Amino acid sequence: MTQKQKRQTVETDVLIIGGGVTGAGIMRDLAFRGLQTLLIDRKDLCAGASGGNHGLLHSGSRYISSDLHSAIECREESTILKHVASQCIEETGGLFVAVEGDDPGFAENFAALCQPAGIACNPISIDDAKKLEPLLSDKLFKAYKVPDATVDPFRLALLNVAHARMINSSSFRPHTELLHFTLKDGKIESATCRDNQTNSILTIYANQYVNACGAWAMNIAQLAGCKDVNLLYSKGTLLVSHDRLTTHVVNRLRPPGDGDILVPGGTVSVLGTTSIRVDDLITVKPTVAEIDINVREGTAMIPALAKARYIRAFSGVRPLLQSAGGSDDREATRGFALLDHSTQNLSNFCTITGGKLTTYRLMAEKTSDLVAGRLNNSEPCQTHVTPLPDEESCKWTEPGASPKYWYKANDPEDMILCECEMVPQSAIDEIVKDAPGAEKEMTLKAIALRSRAGKGPCQGSFCGIRIASYLYDQGHYHDKTGLIHMRDFFNERFKGTRTVTWGLQAAQMELAEALHCGLLGLDNLENN
Amino acid sequence: MSEEDRHFSAELAVIGTGLAGFAASIFALKRNIKTAQVGNTGAVAYTTGYLDLLGSLAPDYLASIEDPWQGIEQLRDSHPRHPLCRIPKDDIFTAFEQFTSFLGKCGIAYTPPGEFNVSGLTPAGTLKPTLCVPATMQVGSAAFSQKEPCVIIDFKGLKGFSSRQVVANLKDRWPKLSSKRVEFPDMVSGEIYPEVMARSLEVPATREKLAKILASAAGDVKVIGLPAILGMHAPDLVREELEQLTGLQIFEIPTMPPSVPGIRLREMFEQLFPQKGVTLIPQQKVDRLVFIENGAQLSLNDSFGPISIHAKSVILATGRFLSGGLKAGVDGVSEPLLKLPVTQPDSRREWYREKYTDRRGHAVNSAGIEVDSSFRPLDNHGRPYSKNLFAAGVILAHQDWIRGRCGAGVAIATAYKAVEEVEKLLK
Repeated sequence: MTQKQKRQTVETDVLIIGGGVTGAGIMRDLAFRGLQTLLIDRKDLCAGASGGNHGLLHSGSRYISSDLHSAIECREESTILKHVASQCIEETGGLFVAVEGDDPGFAENFAALCQPAGIACNPISIDDAKKLEPLLSDKLFKAYKVPDATVDPFRLALLNVAHARMINSSSFRPHTELLHFTLKDGKIESATCRDNQTNSILTIYANQYVNACGAWAMNIAQLAGCKDVNLLYSKGTLLVSHDRLTTHVVNRLRPPGDGDILVPGGTVSVLGTTSIRVDDLITVKPTVAEIDINVREGTAMIPALAKARYIRAFSGVRPLLQSAGGSDDREATRGFALLDHSTQNLSNFCTITGGKLTTYRLMAEKTSDLVAGRLNNSEPCQTHVTPLPDEESCKWTEPGASPKYWYKANDPEDMILCECEMVPQSAIDEIVKDAPGAEKEMTLKAIALRSRAGKGPCQGSFCGIRIASYLYDQGHYHDKTGLIHMRDFFNERFKGTRTVTWGLQAAQMELAEALHCGLLGLDNLENN
Repeated sequence: MSEEDRHFSAELAVIGTGLAGFAASIFALKRNIKTAQVGNTGAVAYTTGYLDLLGSLAPDYLASIEDPWQGIEQLRDSHPRHPLCRIPKDDIFTAFEQFTSFLGKCGIAYTPPGEFNVSGLTPAGTLKPTLCVPATMQVGSAAFSQKEPCVIIDFKGLKGFSSRQVVANLKDRWPKLSSKRVEFPDMVSGEIYPEVMARSLEVPATREKLAKILASAAGDVKVIGLPAILGMHAPDLVREELEQLTGLQIFEIPTMPPSVPGIRLREMFEQLFPQKGVTLIPQQKVDRLVFIENGAQLSLNDSFGPISIHAKSVILATGRFLSGGLKAGVDGVSEPLLKLPVTQPDSRREWYREKYTDRRGHAVNSAGIEVDSSFRPLDNHGRPYSKNLFAAGVILAHQDWIRGRCGAGVAIATAYKAVEEVEKLLK
């Protein structure tokens, strides 16, 4: 069947390409300044490195040996975010620990290194460290306490988008892929995009265009004919344990290396990362070798990691500015770059890339300063002082929060659909109705991104079925497409589980496969 | 209560309480072999009730196959080491016949094995190729093939089963299918569970109330489908009575596991096996199995203390990862009870393909133990581990029961073969 492509035209002040935290942050920043924006992403919010990281709000100590500038930025920004986005942050505190075999010189000198950056880094005794974190290795010889914290990047992005929407009806379109720019007289005139769900074509006319595509920024800049964005890709792989193993962020007290940070996140812990240079962004996924390295290295700090039950692994790509060089990509600058492309003869296009989750707000501020200035708008930035308001439909990503809401509401008709994470029907209703990026026929992947559904030990193998059946029930799904959404959701979750399936998770996988493929036939939908 | 050692002796000890284990005990009963059965999980409760023989063919598992018998013939050429290929067709047929007729005599009637697969309905509205179906589900498969007008009924408060979903996915092939939601008698608010609904339907008063609701929901339509809730111990009687009360034809569709049809089988076995002389010790794991002169010694513990069983022969039907028959470790797959060698991919990197629903299946799913032509597990030297030890079920290598839709087939056929070999040994 050939379908005539529908064409649609949209106008906006600013088009932001890339729905990571930076793009979402720019959207809110510009909304405060009275500018209307459209944010688009090829996939969905936090689909790239924004969703593929530790969820660590750096105190700055991590970068102290390699990049003082970044360390100071982290210290300043983490302090700001703890005030303005406290609902997305857990102030866990952090430890830096050295174990037998680590360089004693580096360990001894650490507090002195942190001092010029103004980071509060205090030595604590081995006994005190073990009181704070009983699972720490017996081979510890040095420990410091630092103001590290954790942050939920999904909630952060959702709330930024939700607030921008509230301020001036700025909007977000998921699964909208940029195909090409139309250039005219030193400007981008329009951006032609495709809605990857409906295959319809959308032409967007904007006054300013922002490329906030993180690791993909080079590709997008090239679409506008810009040759001044040169990125290297450093892939990092992380794994998620079934239990929360520590209450603090635990860092290995040595120059950055594999498997040297363990970050608690709600009911789980996240261990990482590895660092491998990759040439393209298509084949980025965890490998068995990376998993084994992380576990082996992490075990030196926390021996329990060797026997821990892991439920998922994931990879993200750090975009590194090519000029950085150096032998270890983790040593390269973690600073960000804002390019105005004036040397490329474009006056309404800029690119923001590099940096990290902790500095996303500052990146958004600098970008918004440039964009607003180009539009002769002199409104000041407000994001460092105005707290991010909460929004009902964005509250479901918080680990451990769903059960609280559910018990409080005490509605026996509101059935739990995801039993691992206690996500009720009402959460699904709210997300489908109001969450940023919500639409009539939402995929299970999109719903899972906006909630805890599928994040527990069963990794969605049961709740995926229940939620799909609920969506059919509510009339959101009405034909075989619903089963395809279900299959795609399981395929997506599998990317995270395939390298960590041993022990109890192997039993879980066998049950899931028996159910999804053996009974429901999701491996053979084409022929069913 | 004082702890007291309990000793049992048997001609055959079956280890495992999944489909293969229960099938082995049934075939042993048939041959008057004195049997003890032990198992740590209720794996059988995870079955949907459908007994598939072979629904899809390796290596690509493309379309569902209609003729499983011909499928096995093809498999004999392409995958001669598949457990189903090592058993004569007549024996497989007899195994299914004996198994289903035993279940029927115990109160859970099944369709006998036929020449072709039938289409089992699933809660997603897809079709599962299967050889035998419980009598409670038979009308559904027939109504589908005849495209008869039919209403799928679901219940307010029962999650995971949506009649609108079943209809949405079948309506292109079954135009006269429609959906309806009703309230279950005396369970009108909050969440309700299939197991509780099934048990409440053992009470005649509940059946009468439900019958009125169903009759009204059906309207002019004469065939209705329900989630599998029609009683726990006498599903055929429950269905028959509801049909009489409503004047309708009624069938069940399995729900998500552990579902009522699986729990029915488990409870029926647990209740009837002891009456029939099988020493059944469910929910217990065998701690140790050692082979001695002319037999084996099994050791286990329950809450009353240690139990030991002396048996002249043993059938290992401990399943795969879910039941603990195989263990997946960081460094490979092992068989924990006897440390039998496991045929498996060279490294963990090769266990899984990139895509979960890849039709070709995952390499780790064909890992398992090797057996000789008498279904005796092989040791590291390729020799039988013991002349008294046999194996059955999905612990066997060279089959992917999930992609092949052959879990029940492998379980029942290999159990039949293993028991036949046990009988030869005992003679």
